[in-house]
Amino acid sequence: MANNVDALYIFLLVVSGMMTVAIFTMVLVFAVRYRKRPGQRAEQIDGSHALEITWSLIPFCIFMVFFAWGAIIFFQERKPPQDSAEVYTVAKQWMWKFEHMEGQREINELHVPIGRDVKMIMTSQDVIHSFFIPAFRIKQDVLPGRYTVAWFHATKAGTYHLFCAEYCGTMHSGMVGSVVVMEPKDYEAWMGGGGNQPLAVTGEKLFTELGCVTCHRSDTQGRGPNLVSIFGKLVLLEDGRTVVADENYIRESILQPGAKIVNGFKPIMPTFQGQISDEQLNALVAYVKSLSQAPSGQTGGRKMATATP
Amino acid sequence: MATAVLQSGERETYLNKEYGIKSWLLTVDHKRIALLYLVSITFFFFIGGFFALLIRLELLTPAGDLVQADTYNKLFTMHGQVMVFFFLIPAVPAVLGNFLIPIMIGARDLAFPRVNLLSWYLYIIGGALMLYTILNGGVDTGWTFYTPLSTEFLNTHVVTAGLAIFVAGFSSILTGLNFVVTTHRMRAPGMTWSRLPLFVWAHYATSIIQLLGTPVLAITLLLVVCERLFHLGIFNPALGGDPLLFQHLFWFYSHPAVYIMILPGMGIISEIVCCFSRKRIFGYTAMALALLGIAVVGFLVWAHHMFVAGISLYAAMIFSLLSYFVAVPSAIKVFNWTSTMYKGSITYQTPMLYAFGFIGLFTMGGLTGLFLASLGIDVHVTDTYFVVAHFHYIMVGGMVMAYLGGMHFWWPKISGRMYPEGWGRLAALLVFVGFNLTFFPQFILGYMGMPRRYWDYSHSPEFQILNVLSTAGATVLAVGYVLPMIYFLWSMRYGKPAPDNPWNAAGLEWMVPSPPPTFNFEEQPVVTWEAYNYDEIKEEVPVAQ
Amino acid sequence: MHNSPIATADQEAHQNPALLHHFATEEQQKDAASLGMWVFLATEIMFFGGMFCAYLVYRYWYFGDFGAGSQSLSVVLGGTNTAVLICSSLTVALAVRAAQLGQQKVIIICLILTMLLGLVFLGIKGVEYHDKFVEHHVPGPGFHFPGHVPGHPDIPINQRHAQIFFSLYFIMTGLHALHMIIGVGLFAFITYNAMRRRYGPDYYTPVEVAGLYWHFVDIIWIYLFPLLYLIDRSK
Repeated sequence: MANNVDALYIFLLVVSGMMTVAIFTMVLVFAVRYRKRPGQRAEQIDGSHALEITWSLIPFCIFMVFFAWGAIIFFQERKPPQDSAEVYTVAKQWMWKFEHMEGQREINELHVPIGRDVKMIMTSQDVIHSFFIPAFRIKQDVLPGRYTVAWFHATKAGTYHLFCAEYCGTMHSGMVGSVVVMEPKDYEAWMGGGGNQPLAVTGEKLFTELGCVTCHRSDTQGRGPNLVSIFGKLVLLEDGRTVVADENYIRESILQPGAKIVNGFKPIMPTFQGQISDEQLNALVAYVKSLSQAPSGQTGGRKMATATP
Repeated sequence: MATAVLQSGERETYLNKEYGIKSWLLTVDHKRIALLYLVSITFFFFIGGFFALLIRLELLTPAGDLVQADTYNKLFTMHGQVMVFFFLIPAVPAVLGNFLIPIMIGARDLAFPRVNLLSWYLYIIGGALMLYTILNGGVDTGWTFYTPLSTEFLNTHVVTAGLAIFVAGFSSILTGLNFVVTTHRMRAPGMTWSRLPLFVWAHYATSIIQLLGTPVLAITLLLVVCERLFHLGIFNPALGGDPLLFQHLFWFYSHPAVYIMILPGMGIISEIVCCFSRKRIFGYTAMALALLGIAVVGFLVWAHHMFVAGISLYAAMIFSLLSYFVAVPSAIKVFNWTSTMYKGSITYQTPMLYAFGFIGLFTMGGLTGLFLASLGIDVHVTDTYFVVAHFHYIMVGGMVMAYLGGMHFWWPKISGRMYPEGWGRLAALLVFVGFNLTFFPQFILGYMGMPRRYWDYSHSPEFQILNVLSTAGATVLAVGYVLPMIYFLWSMRYGKPAPDNPWNAAGLEWMVPSPPPTFNFEEQPVVTWEAYNYDEIKEEVPVAQ
Repeated sequence: MHNSPIATADQEAHQNPALLHHFATEEQQKDAASLGMWVFLATEIMFFGGMFCAYLVYRYWYFGDFGAGSQSLSVVLGGTNTAVLICSSLTVALAVRAAQLGQQKVIIICLILTMLLGLVFLGIKGVEYHDKFVEHHVPGPGFHFPGHVPGHPDIPINQRHAQIFFSLYFIMTGLHALHMIIGVGLFAFITYNAMRRRYGPDYYTPVEVAGLYWHFVDIIWIYLFPLLYLIDRSK
C-alpha cells in the first residue's frame, strides 16, 4: 500500500518537476531573449483560442489521471479486508490506548505481526486526534462520539513512528508512540505471555453484568432483537429505513437506543450513556461482532435481518 | 486641464490638502483610507512575523527548549490568525484596491466612502480585540478552531479571539460590497467591462467571495463563542453535537478565503507583467473568466481539507474531483502571463523581479496543491509540513511577493516619490532566496512524516537538519521584509520626486499626477481605448535611476 | 483623450444638497445605494444560511426530539408575530409609495406604524422568551424538558438533542430580533428626517433602502416560523 502511494508521489513529482522546469525555463529564456533592445518594439499578441484550449485540456487530462490514481488508492485504504485482525483504539489527551482482540492492552506501543491485515477501530475520549503512521502512509482522524477505521498490512519487521496528527492541546507533540512489527513467531510469543482475557470474552461478561442478556436473547422470545449473526447485515428500522449493523450502529444503539428502533420492536431499551467507559463499549462491540463469526472466523454475508417480536 | 493649487503655491494632492490627525481619522478619501490600512496591516504583519520567528527558533532543536508547550501552541495559533485575518485577507484589497480602483475606472471615489472608513474602523476594533487577546495570555486553538477542543478543552481567550475575527470579517464584507457596487456603477463613460484592467476584475472576483463566504465564518465563530459562553452543545459530541459540522461550516469560508488572498495578487501581476513587457495581456478574456471561474469553483471544494476527518468515501471523491477543476483556471493564468512576455520588450525593475518570483513560486505552490488534491497522497501528507509548505508557497511566495511587487510598482503614484531601485532589487532577491530556503525543506519534512503544530520533535531527531535550513531561510526572509519598510520610509523624505508616469505604463491611474489630487480627476475622463494599450504608447520604460 | 465637462462640486450642491460629491448624477447615486443594499442582503442570506444549515442537519438527525421542542413553542404567539411582521412590510411599502408621491404626512404615519408593529413583534418575542425561561427550556444547567417524542408515547425526549433545538431556537430568533431592533432604530432616524421634510419624489432613497432591509428581515422570519414552530404538528 505504501508503495502505491510512493509510486503516485513519484509520478506527481516527475510531472510537477517537468512543469516547474518548463515554466522557469520559459520565464528565464523570455526574460533574456526578449529584453529591451534599442530600436525593437514589443509585438502585440491578443491571444490564441487554440492555445488556451490546448493548455486547458492537456493539464485537465493529466489532472484526471492524478485524481483517478489517488482515488483508487483511497478506495483500497477505506475498505479493510474482511478478516482483518482488529485492534480497538481509544485516543485521549495525550496517549494512545490499544486493546487487541486477544485481550492485550498497550499504551503508545502497538505490536503487530508481519503479513497480517490489521484494522484499527478507533474513538477518542475527548477531542479530535489523528492516527498517523508515516512509514505505512496512512492517517485517519479519531473522533469523540463515534468510531473511525484505518487498516494496514505490514511487510517489514521494525519499529515505526506513530504520531498524533490533529492538534489536540498542550502535549499534542508528545502524543507519539511506536508500531512494532514482528516476525509471526515473535508475535505469538509476545502475545502468549500475559494470560489476558480476549476482548470479546470481556464483552460477554459485561453483556451479562449490565443486563443486556435479559432482553437480547438468542431465541425469538426476547424483548430486544436477537444479536446473533446481526453484525454486518442490513437492519430494517421501524421508520422504513435500512441501515448496516456496523461498529457505529452497535455503539449508537447502546448509547442512544432511541435513535434507531428495529422494525417490530418497542423503544424500551434504556441508555447506557455515561455509565460505561469507551473501553467497555469496545468490549461490548467486540462481543456482538463475535456473535456473527462463523467457526472459520469469517463473518456472514449480508442478508436482511428480519426480527420477529 | 486646471490643476488645483494651494495657498503655498504647491499643487494640491490628497496628502497635503489637509493636515492634522482629525483629517486622517475622519477622512472619507479612499486614498487616505488606503494609507490608514497600510499602516495597520504593516503593524500586524510584523506581529505575525515576530511569532513566526519565535516558532522557527524553537524548531531549531528537536527538544522544546525555547518556550513551553502551551506558549508554542499559542504562537502558531496567533501567527495564523494574525497573518490570515489581519494581513493576508485585507492587504491587497484594502491598501492597493482602495487606492487604485476608483482611479483605474475613472471615478472620484468608491461608491460608499463613509462605509469605506467604517471598514477601517471595524478592522481596527477587530485588531484591538486581537491585541487584547495576545497581551492577555493568548489563544491556542490553532487558527482553525476545531471543536470540541476550542469549545470545551481550553482555558485561553477563545472568545475574544473569535470576536476579533468576527469583527474583522465585517470589515472584509463591507470592502467587498464597496468594490462590487463601485465596479458596477461608478465606471467612467467608455470604461466598459471589457476595458477594465485585470486588477479591477481580480478585485471584483475577490469581492464576490468576500461577500458570500465571510458571513458563514462569522456565524460559525458566533456559534463557537455562544457554545463556550453558554455551554451549548452544537459542535460537541458529548452534548449531542457534531464536530464535523463545525469543520464543514469553517472550511466553507476558509477555503474560498485563500482565493480572497491570491486573486488580488494575480491582478497585480497582470498589471506588472504587461507594463514591463510593453505588451497587452495575452488572452484578456480568458484571464478575466479564469478569475471568475476560480471564485465560483472555489466555493465547491472545501471538504478537501477534511479527507481524513471522517467524511464518507464518496464525498471525498467528489471533492477531490472538484479540486482538480479549480486548478485549471490557475494554470491558464500562469501560461498566459508567460505568453505575455513572449516577444515583449522586457526590463527588470523591482516590480518585474517580484512578478518573475511570483510566477515561479505560485507555479510550485499550485503544483503541490495537485498532490494534496489526490486522495491517496493527501492521506499521507495532510496535517504535515507538506501542507504548511504548500500554503506558504502560495500565500508568501505568491501573495506577499505580489503585494510587494504592487507596492513598488505604485509607490511613486501613492507617495509621489521613487524608491531606490538598487535596494529594491536587493530586497526582492533576498525575499526570493530566503523564502525558498525557508519553505522548500518543509515539503521534504512533510513527506518524511513530520506533523504540523509540533513543539517538540525529540522523538525524531532526523527532522532537525531540514528544520535548521528552514530557520536559516527565515532569517534571510526577515531581512528581505524589513528592507522595504526602511527604504519606503526613507523615500518619503529623500526619494526622487516621481513623475506622473514613471514606468510609461497604461492605465488611468498613470494619467493623474503623482500623488493624485483629492478628487482624482479634474474632469471625468471618457475612455476610448482598450486596456493595456501598449501598442499606442510609444515610450519604453525609463532606465532605472 | 478628450474630456466632457462635468459640473464641479459647487454647482452640484446648488442643484441638490442630497447629491454626494463623488457621484456624477443623482441617478447614479440612487442606483449605487440600491445595489449596495441588495448586495448587503445577499451577505445576510449567507449569514443566516449558516445557521439554517446547522438547523437542517440536526433536524434531520433528531427529528423526534426537534418535533417535541417545536410543539412546546406557541403557534398562537408565533403566528401572531408573523401577521404583525407582514403588516409592517405593508406599512413600509406604503411609506415608500408616499415618499414617491411626496405625501409628507403619510410617510411619517406609515413609518411610525412600521416601528410600532416592530415593537409589538419584539414585545411578543419577549413574552415567548419569558415563557421559555419559566418552563426551564433555556439550555444550560437548569434545562429540563420532560415528555415524549410526538407520536411515540414510549420514546422519552433525549435531553441533549432537545437542548440543541433550543440553542438553535434562541440563537436564530435572537439574531433575527437583533436585526429587527437595528431596523427599528434605522426607521427612527428616517422618521426624524421625514419630519424635517427631507424626502420627496426627488429623493427617497433612504426610505426605499431601509424598506428593502425590513422586507428581508420579514422574509427571514417567514422561513424561521414554519421551520421552528410547525414541525410535526399533525401528531
